[in-house]
Amino acid sequence: MNVAVDEPKCVAAGQCVLIAPEVFDQREEDGVVVLLDGTPDPVLHPVVRESALACPAAAIHVTTS
Amino acid sequence: MSRTVLVGASAGGLATAEALRRAGHQGEITLVGDEPHLPYDRPPLSKQILKGEWKPDRLALRGRADIDALDLDLRLGVRATGLDMAARTLLLADGTWLPYESLVVATGIRARPLPGAEQVAGVHTLRTLTDALALKARLSAGRRLVIVGAGFLGAEVAAVARGLGVDVTLLEADAVPMAQAVGEEPGWFLSQLHRDHGVRLRTGAAVSEVLSVGGEVAGVALADGSEMPADDVLVAIGSLPNTEWLAGSGLALGDGLVCDEFSAAAPGVYGVGDVACWHNPLFGTKMRVEHRTNAGEQALTVAHNLLNPDAPRPFAPVPYFWSDQYDTRVQAYGYLRDHDEALVLESDVTARQFLVAYRRGDRLTGVLAMGKSPKILRAWRALIASGAAWEAAVTDTAAA
Repeated sequence: MNVAVDEPKCVAAGQCVLIAPEVFDQREEDGVVVLLDGTPDPVLHPVVRESALACPAAAIHVTTS
Repeated sequence: MSRTVLVGASAGGLATAEALRRAGHQGEITLVGDEPHLPYDRPPLSKQILKGEWKPDRLALRGRADIDALDLDLRLGVRATGLDMAARTLLLADGTWLPYESLVVATGIRARPLPGAEQVAGVHTLRTLTDALALKARLSAGRRLVIVGAGFLGAEVAAVARGLGVDVTLLEADAVPMAQAVGEEPGWFLSQLHRDHGVRLRTGAAVSEVLSVGGEVAGVALADGSEMPADDVLVAIGSLPNTEWLAGSGLALGDGLVCDEFSAAAPGVYGVGDVACWHNPLFGTKMRVEHRTNAGEQALTVAHNLLNPDAPRPFAPVPYFWSDQYDTRVQAYGYLRDHDEALVLESDVTARQFLVAYRRGDRLTGVLAMGKSPKILRAWRALIASGAAWEAAVTDTAAA
């Protein structure tokens, strides 16, 4: 799995951090998403997919090879 | 094979379809939407689109390939007009009858109109892409915009319009804008922000008539006899849930489609997003939440419950919303309405920072902030989610 984030689209809702704190964090100053791990462990794939679904700005893109 | 029909092709309907597929659902899924566009995101309409920062194609919630991969029976540009629950059949405006096994109602809301002004050119509401582009085309330096209703939508548009050099008058019927939603002091704080940016704010302003000349808007007349000249008028006085098509179906309709704690309106029928009024067990109250984040979260729960009717999950979120005002962002977690107290913990108009905690009974139910680190807000959110007692939450967090 490859994860990418579209920073300018991010609205700093923090939904992804709540669902998958191993993969996402937020910048201190403006809350914009920080991708901690672009190729997460398979055990995390369900929560990453859920994060992409729950993101209010559709700013998380998941591709599987 | 079973057919699931999702009515409403915006964020909630699309997220439900995605969640069903990701859970391995193989059945037929029909997605019905009255707008001709593929699902698009609405919050940027009053922000990036109105500013001109984004072109409309940036709003697409998913690319065409992602939509195709969901293998949907996509019916766009057609409105649902009726429902026969006994026959489990949905009627569309083009005369099609669609049988379903499960139904998800995600028909959203529409802008509440100002009676008598609907046909006047230059009178706008803002809910769809078409609305936003029409308003955007009219905003430029020196033009006069009167906004009726100083809620978050009206306030966002005021901020964007000022940035474009528009002469903005904001009319609010209440004594303090947004006071019902966020409390008096936070309402005053936000009002001051707009005044500092040159917005003419009139409170206690009851609109009696939209003035027009030859079918074009000319201004707004108030009940006190005063008149505000305008080149354009934005009506931002709230919304109406799109439930008329369900009248007579047997479903309970009140302030939206009435659902239980599992977001179910009837066996096999669920509500998602702005249209759904459901019992949130976390706060012990019915609520209807028009926030973008809620639609996505509710879709996830509804997809689960639809596939696991014997092991349903209650939908018990901490609602979240954000609003951009000038160069800062307002963020809120929890249920702010019907609060018994809104306690201002920090307030600095010059630094554009504030922090407000909300109490209902002896419990912390919400937090509203501007210019604060989202990480601080996450700690508050956790307290709200755990049903923290008010005294302890305010004392501990204020001290931290």
